[in-house]
Amino acid sequence: MTFVTAGDPDHATSLKIVLGLPKAGADIIELGMPFTDPMADGAAIQAGGLRALKNGASMKKTLALLKAFRAKDKATPVVLMGYYNPIYVYGVPKFLADAKAAGVDGLIIVDLPPEEDDELCLPAMAAGINFIRLATPTTDDARAPAVFKNTSGFVYYVSVLGITGTKAPDLKSVAANVRRLKKHTSLPICVGFGVKTPQQARAIAKVADGVVVGSALVSAVEKSLNKNGKATAQTPKAVHKMVAALAKGVRN
Amino acid sequence: MITKPNSYRTGPDEKGLFGIYGGRFVAETLMPLILQLEKAYKEAKADRSFKAELDGFLEHYVGRPSPLYFAERMTEHLGGAKIYFKRDELNHTGAHKINNVMGQILLARRMGKKRIIAETGAGQHGVATATACARFGLECVVYMGEVDIERQMPNVFRMKLLGATVVPAKSGSRTLKDALNEALRDWVSNVEDTFYCIGTVAGPHPYPEMVRDFQSIIGEETKRQMMKAEGRLPDSLVAAIGGGSNAMGLFHPFLDDSSVEIIGVEAAGYGLKKKHAASIAGGKPGVLHGNRTYLLMDDDGQITEGHSISAGLDYPGIGPEHAWLHDMKRVQYVSATDKEALEAFQLCCKLEGIIPALEPSHALAHVMKIAPKLPPEHLMVMNLCGRGDKDIFTVANILGVKL
Repeated sequence: MTFVTAGDPDHATSLKIVLGLPKAGADIIELGMPFTDPMADGAAIQAGGLRALKNGASMKKTLALLKAFRAKDKATPVVLMGYYNPIYVYGVPKFLADAKAAGVDGLIIVDLPPEEDDELCLPAMAAGINFIRLATPTTDDARAPAVFKNTSGFVYYVSVLGITGTKAPDLKSVAANVRRLKKHTSLPICVGFGVKTPQQARAIAKVADGVVVGSALVSAVEKSLNKNGKATAQTPKAVHKMVAALAKGVRN
Repeated sequence: MITKPNSYRTGPDEKGLFGIYGGRFVAETLMPLILQLEKAYKEAKADRSFKAELDGFLEHYVGRPSPLYFAERMTEHLGGAKIYFKRDELNHTGAHKINNVMGQILLARRMGKKRIIAETGAGQHGVATATACARFGLECVVYMGEVDIERQMPNVFRMKLLGATVVPAKSGSRTLKDALNEALRDWVSNVEDTFYCIGTVAGPHPYPEMVRDFQSIIGEETKRQMMKAEGRLPDSLVAAIGGGSNAMGLFHPFLDDSSVEIIGVEAAGYGLKKKHAASIAGGKPGVLHGNRTYLLMDDDGQITEGHSISAGLDYPGIGPEHAWLHDMKRVQYVSATDKEALEAFQLCCKLEGIIPALEPSHALAHVMKIAPKLPPEHLMVMNLCGRGDKDIFTVANILGVKL
């Protein structure tokens, strides 16, 4: 599974990146909705969001990008990931209707824990959109039932205590926590936060149902830009190349 | 149509909501910690020994009660209402922030936490936190926007002297909101041993309630002191608002006294049609930093950068209880510009021999607007919530004086 920010570094290049992901080896696409204040994200994804916003990204454009992708790819599941405020301001009913029409399969909203299910989770599920939950090392057995009560699609296990793209996950702890959480849910458990190399991806794939890579891909976008911060011919290729290497790591 | 509640003082509800405002909009990693904090705070609140310990430190270490001072020359000069200053700038560390910090640090100790993190704008909350951490031998890390570090150098040095680590927040607008983002990122990364000491009546539940409770001592004292001085309640209260902790501390004990007019003053910066930090006047409801409240943002829900001469008011949001009190029309929210605050700052120095912080200078600017129109029997209390030593460089710079 791959995470890239919608509109990063610009709308046209971002669409090229996303369109090429399935062929490069991505089974599920997580599309980040840019936000000025992403409190759970590390430097790479923060910078990606700000690049996108600077170049005109908005919720409308994110949904347009998804629609353009869906016109060419009917099969690959797409999950929109981000923070609640841009959705709240867009209006929850309108967002759900427009996202559904654009072809979304699921939502991951970082700052909506089960305690706030009335806000978006329950309306999304009623609209036929999967609401994918984040589980973390602090989600203990007492809390797990609450976390898995209203959820569908898959579970995103946050492999580290921290923000995206910083610490490397500890394999033993990931394996133990995935096993523990499996007792509470029959949904597939995918693991992300801090996975950067094909070796790490392969090791995690052995103990989980899926592996998410995000910051490393967003960093690849950044590294491919020219001196003025604009996309180059290398930008989509750099991302696709990295996805291909990671996919190979997972499948071998 | 607004239905008047029986009491304005019963919030928040069990979900942490004041009307539609407040709540717990945080990442799952933090949720168990927030529930644990809520439980620990409830237990401490019910424990007499906790209150006794806190009262002891507030009296002997902070220096409470702070005086309620009749500002005679200001009253004469404005020629209207009788003006009192609640002198919270006389507290140890020079502002009201320490009231809340003492409460939270004693709670952190009770919970066995060894590492304290905080965000700061003007540096007053950072200094208060660094102070209490030094007093109890706790590790202290303060996040502060890079821009604020530059304009509040004296407070940065004070924090370092007190043994705290000051970490610059380099993302976004590099002010208070970004310091809060960085503090939240630190908290997510260090959940085991770290206590997040939030400086204002915002953030996820139970922070807005807890900070309000610790700051309410300002209003409780004011009530007693005014009864002693004048034999009755004041007619109006005026306080400056960034996140709104000094204002909530003064206002809350008076919310059900319907004869008391209550006014919060936001920072209008260069003016409400230009860049400012007045979330109620220029914002709309949204979700940031764990709560729903009025926020400055664009049509896409992206948070915009505010501006105020005062680093402590330079925040694009406001505490959720203030948002509710605004909607309920119990508190009136107005604003004062940089220029008006600067005039008030200078007038206070000259007439009262008190150098106020730029934050309460906004409240004083509003007092200057309304007091002349009121009769002499009108009793007005302004919260002088911080002293201005930290601001002399900013003010000198604007007045073109080289230090």
